Amino acid sequence: MAISVTENAAKHVTDQLESRGHGLGIRVGVTTTGCSGMAYVLEFVDKIEVGDQVFEDQGVKIIVDPKSLVYIDGTQMDFVKQGVNEGFEFKNPNAKGECGCGESFSV
Amino acid sequence: MALLQISEPGGKSSAPAHRIAVGIDLGTTNSLVSASCGSGVEVLPDEHGNYLLPSIVNYSSSTEPVVGIAAKERLVDDPKNTIASAKRLLGRALSEVSNTPLFQHFDFDQEQADAAPAIITAAGVKNPIQVSADILKALVDTAESCLKAKLEGAVITVPAYFNDAQRQQTKDAAKLIDLKVLRLLNEPTAAAVAYGLDSKDQGNVVVFDLGGGTFDVSLLSLQKGVFEVLATGGDTALGGDDFDHLIADRIKQAAGIQELNLMDNAKLLSHANSIKHQLSDSDSVAVDFLGWSGSISADEFKQITEDLIKRTILTCRRVIRDAKLEVEDIDNIVMVGGSTRMPVVREAVEEYFGKAPLTDIDPDKVVAIGAGIQADVLIGNKSADDFLLLDVTPLSLGIETMGELVEKIIPRNTTIPVAKAQEFTTFKDGQTAMSLHVVQGERELVSDCRSLARFELRDIPPMVAGAAKIRVTYQVDADGLLSVMAEELSTAKTAEIQVKPSYGLDADAIEQMLQASHDNAKADMEVRALREAQIEAQQLIDAISSAKAVDGNLLSGDESLQIDAAIAQLQALFEEGTSAQIHELTEEINRVSSGFAARRMDLHIGEALKGETIDEVEQ
Repeated sequence: MAISVTENAAKHVTDQLESRGHGLGIRVGVTTTGCSGMAYVLEFVDKIEVGDQVFEDQGVKIIVDPKSLVYIDGTQMDFVKQGVNEGFEFKNPNAKGECGCGESFSV
Repeated sequence: MALLQISEPGGKSSAPAHRIAVGIDLGTTNSLVSASCGSGVEVLPDEHGNYLLPSIVNYSSSTEPVVGIAAKERLVDDPKNTIASAKRLLGRALSEVSNTPLFQHFDFDQEQADAAPAIITAAGVKNPIQVSADILKALVDTAESCLKAKLEGAVITVPAYFNDAQRQQTKDAAKLIDLKVLRLLNEPTAAAVAYGLDSKDQGNVVVFDLGGGTFDVSLLSLQKGVFEVLATGGDTALGGDDFDHLIADRIKQAAGIQELNLMDNAKLLSHANSIKHQLSDSDSVAVDFLGWSGSISADEFKQITEDLIKRTILTCRRVIRDAKLEVEDIDNIVMVGGSTRMPVVREAVEEYFGKAPLTDIDPDKVVAIGAGIQADVLIGNKSADDFLLLDVTPLSLGIETMGELVEKIIPRNTTIPVAKAQEFTTFKDGQTAMSLHVVQGERELVSDCRSLARFELRDIPPMVAGAAKIRVTYQVDADGLLSVMAEELSTAKTAEIQVKPSYGLDADAIEQMLQASHDNAKADMEVRALREAQIEAQQLIDAISSAKAVDGNLLSGDESLQIDAAIAQLQALFEEGTSAQIHELTEEINRVSSGFAARRMDLHIGEALKGETIDEVEQ
């Protein structure tokens, strides 16, 4: 079981953590919301909770709670530019469908 | 897909602006307001530098009510329009209070006998909620002029023994002046918070509150940052004034005075009060009254007040016994109320408990300061680390959806107060009622979660499945009380229920529920996927059979057979199949029925447009 990040994503995470000044890493998770079932959550982490899984890739700590992990195991996180927009994108092998706005996915 | 940005834990924005919230000690005799100012929480003075606002309101004319010291001065010359101790009227019936010494001189409005007791004044009929609102207004004005900012909310303290009606009326008073109540906090809890006792893991705290006219003892048990009131006791007619009377009696006795006129009696009492204050710092005080000279020593004072002190200690003993504890179990004693400045009181408390009480914070201000600290936390000025465990939902709160699945509305560890809404719809054609099942827990199936409450929303107008819009709102207030409201949006028909999710839930049970959800994460995901596939399949089967009933003539015999065969295949696999198999067969039905669906669509659009001109349609 693992979550990975691309080199570009790792760089942006590291930069953002540095400018924030504190934090152990980033949390990737899912919540049941949005129009097609699940939505991703991406947060800074100040505290590792009981049961959290910690992955390390490209020097970045990725923290996932066990409930979310089953939905996003094997996911690769990338940082991309789309026109004027830039941000993180998930390549999730478990996702079978996405809603139109791309906000949520289903497995 | 949409691009994501990293957010702060708990969904908070990264640099929250400092928001202004105050703590209010709405007392029987005096009220105070406090707020966080830079270094810590301080009690805010009014424009004359006074911290204590007498809880007295004068309604002499039809203009603005007069609150505080100015109202206190009217007590003697305008007693019928000057209301003091209104807090004692909150949540009471008229019959309970109209003949008590404090209120018997008022004219009560008999018309409103079943509501709060309402007093007829020159400025109209005033019930205790309105009086409290006027006191709150004065405190808010003080705070806003002192902080030069608009208040966003307040924590108001109430006695631990206040019942729901009394608490509700306190909230109503705040509502009258548009003051948002972040939380009602028990007075003893506020005092313990002021001393930072909530940062400890556990312990038992006795709060000894001896004010001007009332005496309260509360025993709090602290478990992981959450205070629970184990027992309370007290005497609503015991306070500092009684000590003054004893000194006055002693002087009368020593001076051989039998009767005193009202004026001299008042003078003697104020004299006695000042002697009492001086005795806190000196061993003996000289007395000079109506030609009699003498002195009262600290020992003498101790001797004459022995019975009163004994009564306070007996109350402590009773409270500890009610909580089924021993005096050795008490870890801290917090002193509240001006009368606890008296050394005789402190000594007696120390002797009984075998340890020194906490007295560092001004006993008049300690409750207000604790409320101010809570207000600052609740409004969101503290980081998540400073939050009490009390202030998050320990488990997710959700609702049962089709297939006995749980849809989480408020996820666990959400800071409260919080409100979240989600829209749901009907599952069957013509469905006119919806049963709402409120559950708590992390698992995907209702049967693995705690059931909190059930209620029904009725009178939904009949529509096809999926057309009705039902908005379900979950709201958890700062006291942890959950309100669930369901509203059918086209008719605004609502149903509502309230429940306390923490009831009967301890830390061990929460731990177990979390562990179970981690252990079963994979199985839960599969179960959810299966149920969702089954529901999707069932909805499709239902839709096709109702379509066939209406437009069966659009089907060729061959097509009809194909659809029926696919449905039969799906139904055979419905219970035992995997989610992938069910999904595949559902797709198959979709495929073989797509021609039928397209023809139906054409037919119905054609019908809808029949007889309309192009111009009309384009409009």
